[in-house]
Amino acid sequence: MSLTTRVAPPRSQGAQARHATAAALRAAVQALQAEWTKVRTVTGPSWLLAGVVTVTVAVGVAAASVARCQSATCGIDPATVSFAGIYPGQAVAAVVGVLAIGNEYSTGMIKLSLTAMPGRLTWFFAKATVLAAPVLTAAALAVAGAALAGRLILPGHGFTPAHGYASLTSATDLRAAAGAVLYLTLIALLSLGLAAAVRDSAVAIGLVLGLLYLFPLAANVISNPALARHLDQIGPLPVGLDAQATTGLKGLPLTPWQGLGVVALWTACALLLGALVLKIRDV
Amino acid sequence: MTTQTVTPHRPPVTPERESFWPLVHAEWTKFRTVRGWVIAMLVTIVAITAGAFLGTDVSGGCAGGHAASGAASAAACPAQPTGPGGVPVQDVFYFAHQPVTGNGTITAAMTSLTGQFIVGTSNGGWRTAPGGLQPWSKAGIIIKENTSQGSAYAAMMVTGSHGVRMQWDYVNDTPGLAGRVAASAPRWLRLVRDRGTITGYDSADGTHWTLVGTATLPGLTSTVQAGLFAAGTSVQSYPADMRGADVPDNFGAQATGVFRHIRLSWPATGWTGTNVGGAGPNENGAPLPGALRQNAGTITVAGDGDISPAAGNAYSGSGQSLQRALAGTVAGLIPLIVVAAMFITAEYRRGLIRVSLTAAPRRGRLLAAKAVVIGAVGFVAGLVAATLALAVGTPLLLRAGPLAWPVSLLTEARMVAGTGALLAVAAVLALAIGTIVRRSAPAVAIVIVVIIVPYLLAFNPLPGSQPQGSGPGGGGGWPLQITPAAALSLQQAVPQFHQLVAIYSLNSGYYPLAPWAGLAVECGWAAAALALAFFLMRRRDA
Repeated sequence: MSLTTRVAPPRSQGAQARHATAAALRAAVQALQAEWTKVRTVTGPSWLLAGVVTVTVAVGVAAASVARCQSATCGIDPATVSFAGIYPGQAVAAVVGVLAIGNEYSTGMIKLSLTAMPGRLTWFFAKATVLAAPVLTAAALAVAGAALAGRLILPGHGFTPAHGYASLTSATDLRAAAGAVLYLTLIALLSLGLAAAVRDSAVAIGLVLGLLYLFPLAANVISNPALARHLDQIGPLPVGLDAQATTGLKGLPLTPWQGLGVVALWTACALLLGALVLKIRDV
Repeated sequence: MTTQTVTPHRPPVTPERESFWPLVHAEWTKFRTVRGWVIAMLVTIVAITAGAFLGTDVSGGCAGGHAASGAASAAACPAQPTGPGGVPVQDVFYFAHQPVTGNGTITAAMTSLTGQFIVGTSNGGWRTAPGGLQPWSKAGIIIKENTSQGSAYAAMMVTGSHGVRMQWDYVNDTPGLAGRVAASAPRWLRLVRDRGTITGYDSADGTHWTLVGTATLPGLTSTVQAGLFAAGTSVQSYPADMRGADVPDNFGAQATGVFRHIRLSWPATGWTGTNVGGAGPNENGAPLPGALRQNAGTITVAGDGDISPAAGNAYSGSGQSLQRALAGTVAGLIPLIVVAAMFITAEYRRGLIRVSLTAAPRRGRLLAAKAVVIGAVGFVAGLVAATLALAVGTPLLLRAGPLAWPVSLLTEARMVAGTGALLAVAAVLALAIGTIVRRSAPAVAIVIVVIIVPYLLAFNPLPGSQPQGSGPGGGGGWPLQITPAAALSLQQAVPQFHQLVAIYSLNSGYYPLAPWAGLAVECGWAAAALALAFFLMRRRDA
């Protein structure tokens, strides 16, 4: 109850009409504050974000400790080894994104939220912003941890200058790390958008994980190479992995930044769909 | 008085309440009256059926098929010889033979089996290098219908490291004497033909004979070719010094067998040497011509190639595994997992669990009833979907020619029932995880991550980890051995052979575990999750 009183302080109708822009800005700030309070005061998101970090780092460490580069022609991308934890880590990020909206619907909180903030789109994009900030932080921690683990473990496993790995902290490696952080954040936002569109946590997480994992699986099982390459150019997971590559960039279906662009496009579509559904449907 | 006041509050338990099946019926009613869940099951069936169209796209790689490009790509694809029963075979070896008619016996003693690598040289020729005796390099005596590829045969042989074997009609293999052959430890081999039956014996001294096996070769012609053979088999791993850039290609190994005391009960007509399958580095021929040398009671036969089923990467034809028709299974699992998790999490979310537990206070029974209902739903959905997928996918696959391995009705039934079982157990696992975490989104995410991510990892192994999918272990490695995804092995439609060392990769339809072992792994996960769910449900408040 304290939330409602905080987020909807009495405002004069006349003042809002005269200063529409200022009022919209204030509403946005208040929405952000309110949503941030929700995130801050509920323990679930913190645990899940800790889960993103733990899973990503732990699987990255495991992958790095089994990886071996025997010769100068081993052709292994050290970034894909360090960031192997993104595979399962993104599922946790997706759960964070889905629950941000899903919990509102499953607990009925949505009615209260929209009563307090009738500007639905303002509320929705405040929600997205407030989700993005902590996810970005957690993703940065996760990726930094995984990259650090790779930096410490991989040189001992044959990823040495003699085998063509001069440095594991070049500009390309930083770009790959940035790509991984942005990827995790975009996946959380994509999940938020889809959850707003289907309004059910279970269905939303099924859709998100299907969208993520089925594209690369389909590319693996079909024997038509042209079709497989197209699937690798549009699926959010394979293009997101392109954004994390540091070697063999010429052979990728898309360049790293193009790949991140495709993920951003998926996210934008999901958010727009979510906003549209929220705008036109009763809660 | 006391009993009278208590009785209305705790009426004697009626048989209806004690019985399990009304509970199952109640849970079934819950399931079938939620329209979204029924629609999701239809989505599962449609996804698996639609996957057959994607999985059976045979336009790529070495597959003919599509009418538009059929002629061109079919020409690029070598035809795989087929043996008795229509199974694809490798039948390339060196054969020193003579025609024989009617019943009789062939006997020979082997004193040596050696091997050489066949290595391509940079100028396009070939040379041999020592040390190439492979585990299944083989030489011995053989009775074969004729010298064309794929004809019926039975053979007694000495192998590189598997002792004496009797093999017949490509897929059958029986062990005889163990140990290596040497001049001091000769191996006597004998084949006795009696019409369509050929019996193999071995002996260490030429006087005490042991029965090894009896082969029935239906429809064997009266005149057949009997003689000596050698085949070096393909090589799966060359020594490091042979993998340099100056070796453009490797062609396998040659085996050389030395025979003495060769006796045929038929009238002798002299030996003829034939490279079965042809000589020359084409797809089905031996790169090096074989050799036959005779002097002073000793015959030496050298040859490369192999006489074996064409499974794993030994198969070079255009056919596909029937398992491709079930490629949509993983996609179909997603809606099933969502519904199975919601089957319990929705009760927690809406508080219905309290009503359910008031009606059925024995919590374990409620969980069991739910597991029975969701398992049965998953099984039926899988059964229907797999039947439809095979009905749709089989003709599509056959456009590329015969399947990579002919599939018996029994195997097909196992694939269909196995898909049902795989889905049923996955649904129970999702229900159990849903009971444990009591929240939809984490439950669905956990189950999808433990089933689908391992499958993805099996296709795209962690870079730099041990190479997977070689040897008779099958493709996919640990992700398909220890996770619930192991149960996908129920859909394997191509057989593995211990007597054929080849790459059995996931892409050509091989799994690391046997079908029922894979199901057992998935059942283990479901049972463990169910036990934890039962334990927590009894301890916690609803």
